[in-house]
Amino acid sequence: MKPPTEIETAATENPVVGIDQTAGNFSYKVDYAFDAGTGLNEDTVRYISSVKKEAPWILEFRLAALKKFQSMPMPTHWATKDLENINFDKIRYYLSQGQKPKRTWDEVPDDIKKTFERLGIPEQERKFLAGVEAQFDSEAAYSNIKDIVAKQGVIFVNSTEGLREHPEIFKKFFGKVIPTGDNKFSALNSAVFSGGSFIYVPPGVKVAQPLQAYFRINAENFGQFERTLIIADEGAEVVYMEGCTAPKFSTSTLHSAVVELVALKGAKIQYITVQNWANNVFNLVTKRGVAHEDAEIKWIDCNIGSRLTMKYPGVVLKGERARGEVLSIALANDGQHQDTGAKMIHAANNTTSNIIAKSISVGQGRSTYRGVVHIPKHLKGCKNNTECDALLINTNSRTDTYPAISVRGDKNATQHEASVSKVSEDMIFYMQSRGLTEAQAMSLAVNGFINDLARQFPMEYSVELKRLIDLEMEGSVG
Amino acid sequence: MSQLEIKDLHISIGDKPIVKGLNLTIKRGEVHAIMGPNGTGKSTLAKAIAGHPDYTITGGDVLLDGQSVLAMEPDERARSGLFLAFQYPSEIPGVSIANFLRAAVQARMAEGEELDASGYYKRLYAKMDLLKIDRKFTSRAVNDGFSGGEKKRCEILQMAMLEPKIALMDETDSGLDIDALRIVAEGVNAQRNGPSAPGILLITHYQRLLDYIVPDFVHVMYDGRIVKSGDKTLALELEAKGYDWVKQEFAAATA
Repeated sequence: MKPPTEIETAATENPVVGIDQTAGNFSYKVDYAFDAGTGLNEDTVRYISSVKKEAPWILEFRLAALKKFQSMPMPTHWATKDLENINFDKIRYYLSQGQKPKRTWDEVPDDIKKTFERLGIPEQERKFLAGVEAQFDSEAAYSNIKDIVAKQGVIFVNSTEGLREHPEIFKKFFGKVIPTGDNKFSALNSAVFSGGSFIYVPPGVKVAQPLQAYFRINAENFGQFERTLIIADEGAEVVYMEGCTAPKFSTSTLHSAVVELVALKGAKIQYITVQNWANNVFNLVTKRGVAHEDAEIKWIDCNIGSRLTMKYPGVVLKGERARGEVLSIALANDGQHQDTGAKMIHAANNTTSNIIAKSISVGQGRSTYRGVVHIPKHLKGCKNNTECDALLINTNSRTDTYPAISVRGDKNATQHEASVSKVSEDMIFYMQSRGLTEAQAMSLAVNGFINDLARQFPMEYSVELKRLIDLEMEGSVG
Repeated sequence: MSQLEIKDLHISIGDKPIVKGLNLTIKRGEVHAIMGPNGTGKSTLAKAIAGHPDYTITGGDVLLDGQSVLAMEPDERARSGLFLAFQYPSEIPGVSIANFLRAAVQARMAEGEELDASGYYKRLYAKMDLLKIDRKFTSRAVNDGFSGGEKKRCEILQMAMLEPKIALMDETDSGLDIDALRIVAEGVNAQRNGPSAPGILLITHYQRLLDYIVPDFVHVMYDGRIVKSGDKTLALELEAKGYDWVKQEFAAATA
């Protein structure tokens, strides 16, 4: 086999956690054994399903979703017109070297392994993770879980394997939290999904270390549509982290995932995202969890890169005393639009939800907070707290807040706070007069702004987040 | 011996000349006080030397150890040994004093050189003991919600940690009650001895600061120039006679 050819490099350092944007900006030439071609129609869907040797019900599910996708209009009546720039006929919907992920890094083909080594994934796995799945374009190239965790009955595989080997669990929850027709992009994902994680944690099992998935887009004009389903059975606890990068191609790339979480009675799920897509990626993701009685779902969502991100992680508080939380950080640099937020749907008494969203807009960057909190009239003892803080750097940047809070009845409580602050010229001068460069000063101001949130993240991620912000600020000084 | 030379300096804000040909040399270890009525260009002088973007140098030069600083960015000036203690220090929410100072110390190190954290904290605590500052102080966010006195003490602590060659102290006494003033002055005096003692330019409107930080030289600034220089007795004379005395002398001299 010929050695992989390097197409583009920008990075010199090899970061520990490997999700900074410069480090992600490279790609290797890869020969794909399976390629669904360009454009989307029934044949594309049939091709994907046949490559995966899926059961007939899944193909039917996909075909129905395709019809739904084709019939739904673009949601531009409330969202940005930039969505119209996605050309679905020019996207490649499935690319892989094979459908079965390797269990050891030695078995992963050299050209793919090289990418993940450069991103530092095997190193992180050894250091602090209970299991890793590394997806390269459409399929996981590597997936492994530590023996000690597997022995507790924890399942951690990709969606293809999950469907094949655990259909009884998968089918019960799949598409129930986020139905196909939830929105145009969830329908698209339901038609062409590939990869993503399937996790099941048995009753009472508390997974001590995080499970991590790493999503890598390597090919140009590509669409990545992973599908993740996490089920924490009664009293179980799990932390899942995902990281994403893609090289900077001249044409745009689409990432449209669907993530469904189910926390059964008394279970806890924490889902952490540090997304750092290149700034030509449309990142349109639907994420939602259902929290049953006494269960807790917490989304920690950091969006740094991409051209346009539209993502509003949600929790349906279905059982009494369920708790939902979204901690969100978005940084919109020049040419980027981060349209992010949270949804909290209270559907039982004494449920509580907490939303803390911090956005940073730099230069021409634009960030939008869009949230929904719904507490119907017949419930009592429900509480919501929403805080949205925006930081503006340079006068051109823009921030909007659209909080939709509908709290009915008089036995529920909600509070909402919003603030907008600016990094002033005087603040930058003050820091410069202590010897910090303009970029270091801005970076420190941004890190200070998100500090109280970042402190709640696992150490490795808050360190990496700080590094990412440093890099972004370096690039934003003219 | 390090020194700051200000040579025939002219400074404008927009089209308006503020400082009109000012000469002054400050050697390391010396304390110079500049006094003068409001609006005479004292603060403009300090901020322009530190490199504030709102001020334009229209003539003259500022040399630190023989090197002109005028082409340097504010942060380069700071790293080469200038320090400005602000009249109104900015608040930096979420950034602790310890982390802020650490970043400032790190910024002075060569690329690739890593800060020794335990050595840093040892030095920080030693300085805090010297300035009689409580350990808990450094975990607070820089100037965020500080009283006037706390802000000025934070400036003095930064000055002690960064060990500048030359410190410009802009109206350090403004907004302080007499107890706070005494504490801040003690902090400055504690840095006046030893080989790392900076040259200090104290900018003040009132004599009372000079009761606590006794200057080696006193200069009176009026209409963008130094119109009178002397030792500490000049400050007392000013206190007794008021600034009108200077204005009249100046008017007579230029008439």
